[in-house]
Amino acid sequence: MENFELVILLLDATLRTSTPLILAALAGMFSERSGTINLALEGMMLGGAFSAAAVAFYMNDPWIGLLAAIATTIALSLLHGFACITHKGNQVVSGMAINILMSGLTALVGIALFAQGGKTPALDKAARFQPITLPGAEAVKDVPIIGPIYFELLSGHNILVYIAFLAVPAAWWVMYRTRFGLRLRAVGENPGAVDTAGIGVVAMRYRAVICSGVLVGMSGAYLSTAQGASFLQDMTAGKGYIALAAMVFGKWRPFPALAACLLFGFLDAAATRLQGVVLPGIGEVPVQLVQALPYVLTVILLAGFIGRAIPPKALGRPYVKER
Amino acid sequence: MSTTVQLPRWIDVGALPLMNLLLALLISGLVVLAIGENPVQVVEILLYGAFGYEEAWGYTLYYTTNFIFTGLAFAVAFHCGLFNIGAEGQAYVGGLGVTLAALYLDFLPFPVMLVVGMLGAMIFGAAWAYIPAYLQARRGSHIVITTIMFNFIASSLMVYLLVNVLRPEGSMTPESEQIAENLRLPFIHDIAAAFGIEMASSPLNLSFVYALVASVMVWLFIWHTRWGYAIRTVGANAVAATYAGIEPGKFIIIAMMISGALSSFMALNEVMGVQHRLLIDFTAGYGFVGIAVALMGRNHPFGIFLAALLFGMLYQGGAELSFEIPTISNDMVVVIQGLVILFTGAMEHMFRPRVTKMYTAWRLRRDAQEAA
Repeated sequence: MENFELVILLLDATLRTSTPLILAALAGMFSERSGTINLALEGMMLGGAFSAAAVAFYMNDPWIGLLAAIATTIALSLLHGFACITHKGNQVVSGMAINILMSGLTALVGIALFAQGGKTPALDKAARFQPITLPGAEAVKDVPIIGPIYFELLSGHNILVYIAFLAVPAAWWVMYRTRFGLRLRAVGENPGAVDTAGIGVVAMRYRAVICSGVLVGMSGAYLSTAQGASFLQDMTAGKGYIALAAMVFGKWRPFPALAACLLFGFLDAAATRLQGVVLPGIGEVPVQLVQALPYVLTVILLAGFIGRAIPPKALGRPYVKER
Repeated sequence: MSTTVQLPRWIDVGALPLMNLLLALLISGLVVLAIGENPVQVVEILLYGAFGYEEAWGYTLYYTTNFIFTGLAFAVAFHCGLFNIGAEGQAYVGGLGVTLAALYLDFLPFPVMLVVGMLGAMIFGAAWAYIPAYLQARRGSHIVITTIMFNFIASSLMVYLLVNVLRPEGSMTPESEQIAENLRLPFIHDIAAAFGIEMASSPLNLSFVYALVASVMVWLFIWHTRWGYAIRTVGANAVAATYAGIEPGKFIIIAMMISGALSSFMALNEVMGVQHRLLIDFTAGYGFVGIAVALMGRNHPFGIFLAALLFGMLYQGGAELSFEIPTISNDMVVVIQGLVILFTGAMEHMFRPRVTKMYTAWRLRRDAQEAA
């Protein structure tokens, strides 16, 4: 019974840690399926987290904070698009530039606005996304097995966690069941053909990076106004890159990416829990090994040892219209 | 189609990058203005902090040394068409190589140690670059993603080693033991003192000389050797290279290993030159700045030297700045870095079509006049 509780707690933590990864991985997917490499997830997430916390603090409302975060990340996506799509610049370099820029800018503006060494002030309860108790959760609380699963694991998260999990089927539907999704994927595979069909490649790619901006903005807001209660300098701590790895691990598809995010989130939650724990027969597990596992697994996958991960064909290539 | 004239070299490698750089600095100025400070004053403090007194010069050149190494590292891989984002991890693991050599081979005499320390860094840095290179060359995995992953793996590995293996008994801080006197690179002010010249003490050490030598060697290698030619051919067109009898995979691996070795030289400056022990996260983002340095310097050693000097100046001046104006922290330098990478790297083509058009119009008019 004690083990069962432990598992529930671990899975509960997994849902929390994988939420920002899911949103950011879907964001990366929209951008990359349309042919634009998005290494800027880390920086955009950071920008979103900062805007959400700062605006939520002034307005005392997490929803306005969320909107500010999304506005920020859309602006950054457009900047990325301006460099990569309009000016056909190098997409990797643009992504790295945005990451470095946001790492500095969020701290700089934070210090200028709040003078707390780059942090934003701690948010009140009203300015954060609060846990939601699902209907009937209190009632089934004491039922064995089902009670803990429903009450502890599924209920009691904030709205962004549920949005993240609903975003996966929604993204799947958009990507595979709508005209927009078909065109988006086509633009990432064979832009020339899309152009021949009379659809603007540039406009399509801009729309894709805007979708990407909306999703990554939510993941940033989650970090600072739902999971945490303020913005901290460099608080994303590589989550954008883990999300990128999860997207690659999920072979640029929504449900496999979700699975990868859950796996990486689980490893993160487990690493926190395993700190200093001596397992029988194994000894003390090096936490760093568990932390490095997502990256190691992604490299092994990319090397083609666990199936093949094939990126969109036109990924990273700016489209040059034939004259 | 309208005719276009090829831009002369001074516009292509001089004026255009300079325009982009100025735009980046202009926007940085606006950022300073936006947070309520005076940009002119900021520039003054920056320049004074970087060059205003003798000690400042030493610090500026010490930072420059790191940027030359990471810039050269990026450039060599780039000539082969590869994006080595992994300089950070390669330098970090290179630092492990130096430290291990220093801790276990400290019985060797001083001049031998200099070579052994360098070999330690090179072997470890090149080995860390070898894996992503092999995966790119032989298994087709994308080098950008694998090198990013290897940065994180290196970071975890080094934390593990520093906490569990290298930390001396009884110490609480995760850092290695001090390395022996005979493995340290002499400071420039000590060398100068030996010749009777008095200089202010600064962290500038012998590795700056290594950096200059490495720049010349990279120039010779890329443009005046068979391998350099092969690397550039693979970078320009891998398919054509194959037809010319050059095997792309082989040169991808060679270029990446040289790149990794160059990154690891940064560890010589930090570990053997200044800190004298292995510190956690001693690479501090120098590897990433190397990307900006190489792009600004158009992947040419001379350009890289100038760009490295600019960033060295920004780092040292930025330290002075955060001391003088408390609202401007070191993060301002990070912002400038980001903007410089964005404008000189990602948006390098922004002015090109317009400038080409203007230059073409001017040339055509001049030619017409001459004909008349």
